[in-house]
Amino acid sequence: MKISSHLPVALLGAIVVLFQVLMSATGTDYLLIQLTMSAYYALVVLGLCLLMGYAGQISMGHAAFFALGGYTAAVLSTNNLTQLFSAGVLEWLVQKGLIILSTDAYGAAAYRAPAWLSLGTAVLITVAVSFAIGIPVLRLKGHYLAMATLGFGTILYRIFLGTRIFGEADGISAVRPCEILPGLFVGGDPSQRVFNYYFAWILLIGALVLLLNLVRSRVGRALRAIHGSEEAAGAMGIDTARYKLNIFVISAVFAALGGYFMTHFNGGIGPSEAGIMKSVRYVAIVAVGGMANLWGCLLMGVVLNFLSLRGYFGSYDDAVFGALLIIIMALAPEGIFRKESISRIKELTRRLSWPFWK
Amino acid sequence: MLRIRNLESGYGSLKVLRGVTIHINSGEIVTIIGANGSGKTTLLETITGIVRPRAGEILYKKRNISGMPPERIVALGCSLVPEGRQVFATMTVHENLVIGAYTRSSGPDRENVPEDLESVYALFPILKERNRQLAGTLSGGEQQMLAIGRSLMARPGLIMLDEPSMGLAPIIVKHIFEIIIQLRSRGNTILLVEQNAKAALGIADRGYVMETGSIVLEGTARELLDNHDVQRAYLGKDYKSIGE
Repeated sequence: MKISSHLPVALLGAIVVLFQVLMSATGTDYLLIQLTMSAYYALVVLGLCLLMGYAGQISMGHAAFFALGGYTAAVLSTNNLTQLFSAGVLEWLVQKGLIILSTDAYGAAAYRAPAWLSLGTAVLITVAVSFAIGIPVLRLKGHYLAMATLGFGTILYRIFLGTRIFGEADGISAVRPCEILPGLFVGGDPSQRVFNYYFAWILLIGALVLLLNLVRSRVGRALRAIHGSEEAAGAMGIDTARYKLNIFVISAVFAALGGYFMTHFNGGIGPSEAGIMKSVRYVAIVAVGGMANLWGCLLMGVVLNFLSLRGYFGSYDDAVFGALLIIIMALAPEGIFRKESISRIKELTRRLSWPFWK
Repeated sequence: MLRIRNLESGYGSLKVLRGVTIHINSGEIVTIIGANGSGKTTLLETITGIVRPRAGEILYKKRNISGMPPERIVALGCSLVPEGRQVFATMTVHENLVIGAYTRSSGPDRENVPEDLESVYALFPILKERNRQLAGTLSGGEQQMLAIGRSLMARPGLIMLDEPSMGLAPIIVKHIFEIIIQLRSRGNTILLVEQNAKAALGIADRGYVMETGSIVLEGTARELLDNHDVQRAYLGKDYKSIGE
């Protein structure tokens, strides 16, 4: 990797630290909560950016993968998990250390799976589901693919909404924190706020660096070729079906990770996280971010979610994202933050400033 | 080099190729001429594995490649220059060429890629001049050169060109066809599919005439050029001038 690509990442890291220091110093560190949540949402956006912008495959069901990770976390760290097993099996699992038995504040029995097990399960389930959905669905193109993924998202939404173990319309609350290191938890406790902020952002920046390297590699070139023309990419010897499926699975796992940690951080999840409007929101953010532009998607993912979480859009929250999508598709279907438009602005400023510099 | 026997293929319930039998010897330019919808493109796509064959066999260097996925067929050395060029518009000229070497770029052959890049640039100096430009901003002729250069990057034994003259000015077509002759003298074998029968037969060694999914005529390029039916149907000569 060249220095030029290290520098922006280092800068981003510095800004992240600066924000925390400033907010803690000025007593506005409650803002860190929304910045932490924004980072988890931005993780979903980054994964979708890879899928939509680079591989050229739209998904209108990404909120479902977010919810899949979130609900796995919620079920496995609350007493809901007792519904999964009979009493005998439960006891056996406790003995084997696969389920931890403790008592809650009221002295009642509280069950949860250890963090590594629930995280592993969340990832495995997401991989399995996205694989099973991806194989038939990715044979479709364009708006057919959009419709199919929309259908998938709706099905999962109804399942979360209507199943007892997922808490039906109430969702699952009182999800216990997830222990990352001894004494350090992903959870809502105010004493852990700064840790949670850094944890979310390290995860996000790590994902960004991973994807930046991926799109610059041979894989990235192959993806852009598929985006350009699937047939021609096939004629170059690129296994288009396999690439599309792998990228779909990777981006689903990103979404699930965001959902997993968000649920622990918030201490709960509800069915609206799997809703269609959430999926539309992710697609809108990727469109605003410039489609094949990881930096733009990250920036927009954080900024727009932060504004939304702070309540700046009021009751028009979903409408704002719907309107954004319409405006982008009508005026700049290729996205706003694009290399071409940036170089156009540079060219324009160069021309305008020419007589002065000369 | 390539031997196809009784090949049948199609899309869904539509049968397009109805028992095609052709062969191409090493170092030849062989052309397939025929009208729109006669199955020429389908034949190339079936050889490349993009369309699955239903019956018959395709032997490339005595190896049956029928039913293999495209990525393996390309890796074996059959390279397609698709109809309408299909360059990757949002990638630079340089990136388009590197993508052409995709099947080689994970193996030990990787080290030879820069060398091949230079040889493509030597063949098409205009591409070197524009190597940082996005492929979508090239002219039609330059895009065709890029598509040919891209296929050369796979170090193919057999290059299949699908209508390289499509949509190009006559002077550019002439230039492209001169390059195809150059490719043969470099040792490549070429299968050229064309609607521009006159130009194609002008440079080919042998040719086949295809009609509604079958080969109806074959012969040396000279024989086909002199054939009255070919003259009437594909070279635009009418009965009277033939009769004279």
